[in-house]
Amino acid sequence: MTAPALRPDLARIANWIAPGTHVLDLGCGDGELLAWLGRQKQVSGYGVEIDMDSVIAATARGVSVIHRDLEGGLADFGDNSFDYVVLSLTIQSMKHIELILDEMLRVAHTGIVTFPNFGYWENRWQLAQGRMPVSETIPYQWYNTPNIHLCTINDFADLITQRGGQISTQMVLHKGERIEFLPNLRGSLALVRFERSGRNAK
Amino acid sequence: MIHQEHSVGLVRAQRAEFDTPLALQGGAVLPSYELVFETYGTLNAARSNAILICHALSGSHHVAGRYTPEDKYPGWWDNMVGPGKPIDTNRFFVVGVNNLGGCHGSTGPASINPQTGKPWGSQFPVVVVNDWVHAQARLADRLGIDRWAAVIGGSLGGMQALRWSVTFPHRVRHSLVIASAPKLSAQNIAFNDVARNAILNDPNFHGGDYYAHGTSPKYGLRLARMLGHITYLSDEGMGGKFGRQLTGNEYGFGFGSEFEVESYLRYQGDRFADVFDANTYLLMTKALDYFDPARHFGGSLPAALAETDARFLVVSFTSDWRFSPERSRDIVRALLAAKKHVTYAEIESVHGHDGFLMTDEPYVRLMDAYLKRVAEEVNP
Repeated sequence: MTAPALRPDLARIANWIAPGTHVLDLGCGDGELLAWLGRQKQVSGYGVEIDMDSVIAATARGVSVIHRDLEGGLADFGDNSFDYVVLSLTIQSMKHIELILDEMLRVAHTGIVTFPNFGYWENRWQLAQGRMPVSETIPYQWYNTPNIHLCTINDFADLITQRGGQISTQMVLHKGERIEFLPNLRGSLALVRFERSGRNAK
Repeated sequence: MIHQEHSVGLVRAQRAEFDTPLALQGGAVLPSYELVFETYGTLNAARSNAILICHALSGSHHVAGRYTPEDKYPGWWDNMVGPGKPIDTNRFFVVGVNNLGGCHGSTGPASINPQTGKPWGSQFPVVVVNDWVHAQARLADRLGIDRWAAVIGGSLGGMQALRWSVTFPHRVRHSLVIASAPKLSAQNIAFNDVARNAILNDPNFHGGDYYAHGTSPKYGLRLARMLGHITYLSDEGMGGKFGRQLTGNEYGFGFGSEFEVESYLRYQGDRFADVFDANTYLLMTKALDYFDPARHFGGSLPAALAETDARFLVVSFTSDWRFSPERSRDIVRALLAAKKHVTYAEIESVHGHDGFLMTDEPYVRLMDAYLKRVAEEVNP
């Protein structure tokens, strides 16, 4: 059976993950990333997911998944118990951003976060016209959006540094393609990889 | 013949005799014993598709199907076991066994002690979960099963599924631990103690040797069951089922059974006390209380689980307060610390501890999804 192609942002994340490592995927959904990593890169690990239908879908793929709410932190997981911890397209809808970033820095050496880049020009343009932005990566109206903590790639960089992380790679995509020129303006989806920095900023 | 869809149909119990003495954890030795069991489905050529179903306090080897077309009720987990059901008998060879000390046919307190020619009664040794696992392993040997595709159980059955992975770390591919706990809390032991007291203080108990008196401590057993039953349901579930409904129209201003819930509990208690053995009830509750696989590993559950190559599915039910989700999360935390494969789900349910016997839709779908992967693994 040939492996089905990964969603473009997940494919970029998968590229950042070394074979044979141990990965925690927060908000793993139907387990697409972990299933692919397990098959293609002999990666082990767990997903964490709050939605029962997604837990069942991940189980059907053979992914180990823990049903729980990320807002409570990651107390089930020990310090440094993973090589990577991934939080993909979830942070913008979470309440306790500082807690989850601290927890990510605690449980793994390397963190990977992806989020819709609020600095994307279409968002800026719609705001300039006096409207809340609605775009491909933020497809909701202001009154029904689950997104309560939107940020730009610069904002995220400031916060992760403040929490004791150090960005090692960042990348901005639009429609699955990497944007090299003016990324915070032209890219709608941000991917950030960070390591725990030596100094503790907390 | 019953051709009910998704039913294993008519089944019959089998019996296995064991002459090799079994040394029990409590120090006693059972010189010989019998286990009564049932099987459904077909063992494949590689002998890799066998599933052991472990029963809880009041269960038995009669897991699925009926003995006669007239049987009012099928086996206790018929909604989960059968052709096309999550524990799919088209793909798995399923074994149900009555545990030692039971009262459904395996050697227990009501059996004849070969040394005295009388029922064991008070002389039947206290057995623990690990003793059951050892006895089950001998049955597995007898059936030619080196490694179970899965060991599955709810509540006390889940403790056996967990214990299998500790005692025989390489004989279990998957351990499904449902509505269970790594050890009982003080509150839980306390409930068991009240239940035991009800039996021990029944005038017909006769120190456990009531068989010789042609009687049994039915009243105590009935109370024990009524108490247990309350703890197996949730407040919400009970409220939804009975509320404050009266069996009659008005309050009677007396102490008789007036509320629907009273009448239900009394009926359940009576029905249970008619068919279950009080000594077995004592033994089962003691096995629950003693269960603590971490105890011999310096109190560390991750250490107890370190050796196993089993993968785990741990399931709890939101309204279960007798074996709360927090106890299941204790198991999950230990498995994560031991870096084992584990999937955990907390099923939204109003059914309390009894949830593991019910068919809440996400629960059934989860079991189905998990066991389909197991089936693919063992039936290549």
